[in-house]
Amino acid sequence: MTEIFGLPLPVLASQIMLGLVNGCFYAVLSLGLAVIFGLLRIVNFAHGAFFMTGAFAAWMLQHYLGWGYWAALLLVPLAVGGLGGLFERSLLRRLYGLDPIYGLLLTFGLVLVLEGGFRIMYGTSGQPYPVPQNLKGVFNLGFMVLPVYRAWVIAAALGACGLTWWLIERTSLGARLRAATERPLLTQSFGVDVPRLLTFTYAGGIALAAFTGVLAAPILHVNSGMGSNLVIIVFAIVVIGGMGSVFGSIVTALGIGVIEGLTKVWYSEASTTVIFVVMALVLLLRPRGLFGREGAA
Amino acid sequence: MTQQFAGWQKAAVALVLLLLLLVPWAPQVVYPVFVMKLLCMALFACAYSLLLGFGGMMSFGHAAFFGASAYVTGLAAKAWGMPPELSLLAGTLAAGLLGAVFGALAIHRQGIYLAMITLALAQMVYFIFLQLPFTGAEDGMQEIPRGMLFGLIDLRSDFAMYYLVFFLTIAALWLIHRVVHSPFGHVVVAIREHEPRARSLGYPVERYKLTLFVLSAALSGLAGSMKALVFQLAALTDVHWHLSGDVVLMALLGGMHTVFGPAIGATLVVGLQYYLDAFGGWVTLVTGLIFMVCVLSFRSGIAGAVEALKTRSRTGP
Repeated sequence: MTEIFGLPLPVLASQIMLGLVNGCFYAVLSLGLAVIFGLLRIVNFAHGAFFMTGAFAAWMLQHYLGWGYWAALLLVPLAVGGLGGLFERSLLRRLYGLDPIYGLLLTFGLVLVLEGGFRIMYGTSGQPYPVPQNLKGVFNLGFMVLPVYRAWVIAAALGACGLTWWLIERTSLGARLRAATERPLLTQSFGVDVPRLLTFTYAGGIALAAFTGVLAAPILHVNSGMGSNLVIIVFAIVVIGGMGSVFGSIVTALGIGVIEGLTKVWYSEASTTVIFVVMALVLLLRPRGLFGREGAA
Repeated sequence: MTQQFAGWQKAAVALVLLLLLLVPWAPQVVYPVFVMKLLCMALFACAYSLLLGFGGMMSFGHAAFFGASAYVTGLAAKAWGMPPELSLLAGTLAAGLLGAVFGALAIHRQGIYLAMITLALAQMVYFIFLQLPFTGAEDGMQEIPRGMLFGLIDLRSDFAMYYLVFFLTIAALWLIHRVVHSPFGHVVVAIREHEPRARSLGYPVERYKLTLFVLSAALSGLAGSMKALVFQLAALTDVHWHLSGDVVLMALLGGMHTVFGPAIGATLVVGLQYYLDAFGGWVTLVTGLIFMVCVLSFRSGIAGAVEALKTRSRTGP
C-alpha cells in the first residue's frame, strides 16, 4: 500500500476529506458573516445559532411532519432566513450608526436565547438525523472510499459559495449591494432602497447559515451547542483571512479545514487548538490577516 | 469618572462595606458562601471593566484569565501543597502572564476584531484545560484544600475565609480606584479618547494598553483564584465562553462606562443565576433576553442611569 509520510494513503486522504467537509461548513458560514459585515457593519455572533436553528428545523420537519431531507434543504433556509430578516427589521436596525460592539452584543444575546430555548425543549444530547436515502453509500476511488453524502456536502457548499459570488459580482442586485457597501448614502440618493437591501442581505446571510445547518445535520449531532463552537472557529478564520475579500475567506476556510484534518492524523490532541495557533501566528506575522485590506480594521 | 466621590456616594459605599462586614455574623439571613461568590464576581466584573469601560478595549475572552487562575491555584494548593497565600499569588500571576500573551496578540487590532481575537484565544485556553491531565476534564478539579493562611489562620471555617475574600476584594477594588485616578490612568483615558493624538504626543500607546490588559487579567485572576479556594473547585465552566459573556453582561448592566457600576451588574447576574439555577436552559435564555434588552434600550447601564438622573435633577426641568 502506498504510504506518504509514514501513513497509509487512505488514512491521509480520508482525513483530508473530513477536513474539507469541515472547511466547507466554515467557508459558507464565514462567507455569510463577511457579506453581512461588509454591508451592515455588524459582526453577527448569532451566525452559529442560526446554523444550529437550521439543523434543528430540518430535524423538526422530519420528526414531526415526516418531511424529508430535500424538502428541508429548500424550505429551512427560506424560513430561517425570513426569521433573520424579521430580527434585522425589528431589532438589529436600531443599532446602526452606533459602535459595532453593540451589534455584536445584541446578536450574542440572541445566541443565548436560541441556545437556551432549544436546550429547554430538547436537552443537551444530540438528535440523530439520517442521511437521505439517495445519498447513502460510498464511491470507491481506488485509493480511498468516499461516502456519497460527504461528496455531496462539498459540492453543495462550494455551489452555494459560487452562487453567492455570482450574485454579488455578476448581477445588478449585487452591483447595488456593492455600491451600498462602499457608499451607502450616495447609493440611497440614486434611488436604491438601502434599508431594504440591508434586510435582504442579512436574511440572505442567515439563509446560507441555515442551509449549512441542514447540510451538517446528518454529519454532526443536532444539538443546541453545535453552533457556538463553530462560530468561534469561524471568527478565528475571519481574523486569519481578513474580512476584505469573499474569495479570501473561502480559501482560508478550506485551508483551515484541511490543516485541522491533518492535525488529527499526526497529533490529534492538538486538533481542537491548531486553528487558534494559526490565528496567533498570523496575528504576529501579518496583523491585518492574510487577505485583509489596509485600513479595513 | 475622574472626579472624586461625592458625599452620597461615600455614604453608600460605607453602608455597603458595613453590611458586608456583618454578613458572617448573620448566616441565617444571608449565606456567607453566596456573598463570597458575589464578591469574587464583583471583583471580576470591575477588573473587566477596567479594560472595557476605562480602557475602551472590549475583550470577549476574560473567562480564560478567571479560569486559568482557578486551575493554577487549585494545582498549587492541591498538587504542590502550597499555602493559600502563595497559591492565590500563583493564580494571579499566571492570569497576568496569560494576559500578557493575549494582550500582545490582540491590542494591535481594535473594536470587534479585538473581541473576536480574545474570544478565539480564550477558546484555545478552554480546549487546553479540557485536555490537560490535572484538570479532571468534565469533572473539574475537586477538593482543593483551603489550607492555613500564613500557617496561622485555618481557612476551613467559612468565617475566616469570608474575611480573607472580603479584604482581598476591597484591596483590589481600591487598587483599581487608585489606577483610575493615577497619572497612568489619565494617559489611558487620553489613548481611549484619541489614540492618534496620544501617540503623536509621544506616549508609547502599545505599552500602556498592554499594561492595562495585564492588570485587568491579573485582577480577574485574583477573582478566579479566590473562587477556587472558596468552592474548593476549579471547573470547565470557569473557562467557558459563557462566563466571558456573563462578565460582559455584568459590565453592560451595571454601566459599561463606569468602573464600579459592573459590581452592581455582577450582583444582579449572580443573584439571577442563583435563583434560576434549577431550571437549566432558562438561565441561558433569560440571560440572553436581558442582554438584548440592555443593548437595545439600556446602554448606559444602572450606574449610567443614576448619573443621568443626578445630572437632570441638578440642572432642573
